[in-house]
Amino acid sequence: MDGTHDLGGKPGFGPVVRGGDAERTFVADWQRRVFGLVGLGLSTLANTDAFRHAIERLPAETYRAGYWTRWLAALQLLVDEDDASVRRTASTARRDLDRRPRFAVGNAVRTQADGVPGHTRLPGYARGRRGQIVRHQGAWVFPDTNAHGDGEQPQHLYTVAFSARELFGEDADAHARVSLDLFEPYLSKEDG
Amino acid sequence: MSDAALRAEALEALLTERGIVTREAIDAVVSHYEQDVGPMNGARVVARAWCDADYRARLLADGTAAIAELGFTGPTEGECIVVVPNGPRVHNVVVCTLCSCYPWPVLGLPPAWYKSPEYRARVVREPRDVLAEMGLELDPNVEIRVWDSSAEVRYLVLPERPPGTEALSEDDLAALVSRDAMIGVARAGEPAS
Repeated sequence: MDGTHDLGGKPGFGPVVRGGDAERTFVADWQRRVFGLVGLGLSTLANTDAFRHAIERLPAETYRAGYWTRWLAALQLLVDEDDASVRRTASTARRDLDRRPRFAVGNAVRTQADGVPGHTRLPGYARGRRGQIVRHQGAWVFPDTNAHGDGEQPQHLYTVAFSARELFGEDADAHARVSLDLFEPYLSKEDG
Repeated sequence: MSDAALRAEALEALLTERGIVTREAIDAVVSHYEQDVGPMNGARVVARAWCDADYRARLLADGTAAIAELGFTGPTEGECIVVVPNGPRVHNVVVCTLCSCYPWPVLGLPPAWYKSPEYRARVVREPRDVLAEMGLELDPNVEIRVWDSSAEVRYLVLPERPPGTEALSEDDLAALVSRDAMIGVARAGEPAS
């Protein structure tokens, strides 16, 4: 889904702040508690894909309030929703798949152009772009369905490389490329 | 107590009452990730790869398995780790633009800046500028490869071995490998910021 979380390539951000608290994982004890709550709670309450989607569904001001604030708010959201379809379900897991991969290393592919209303791991900046398959990463639980309680529906996963200019236009760095790990349903074959 | 701290306390009480968590289990999880897991793990992987060409080859062919050889495994954020090597003509840098994916078994939990909107938004679009701002100047002809951890693969950068370190032991070499070098925003051998 489109949203505040989909930050790649978005304009308007300044320098990365370093030093002090920026180098740390936790700056308050409640943040440690939230990390532990999520780490333990998710095995019962929801799969990781549903948790990520809960973060994406937070109001923009909550999302922007900080990393651990959104973890806390997302976990609270999952507790409140109490959705049986995502309870005690796996995520981020390899699965055997009889269906052979549609793409081979070296194939040119194009990503889907349209956004989707639900969870996806195709960032906005990489939509409708031409890239090249550089690695087949096996088959995995599909976050786009798993996050919604629609089952694992495993899919082949590929590392796909894009030139920076393909993604961001002719002003982008001529000697930069960006690689993403993309599920087969996001991709269609290109000629050449 | 802050509002967030109060809400966290209330949620912990609720999940404890439901038998989903215990105080001790939370303490154990936090302690594990604060004490036992961190960049020292990744540094050992890198130092081994610098010293042992066969290990390096295995590491680049199957990062997850070669990292597990050193005892670093994890069901969380470590199911599939790909190691990407820097060289004279290629520099790698890692980000997660959609959330904050990070190779926990070898780097521990990410620092706040890695999760910041500034880093996530900019490093895919203008990596050379972002790296320069962070203190890593790259020659314009060095190819930058940005790895956006968009799905289940986690990435670890294998930095170049610093010159003049031929006589160092593997332990001494590991001490030169910072977290930042393994994310790709610094070189090995530079003081961690």
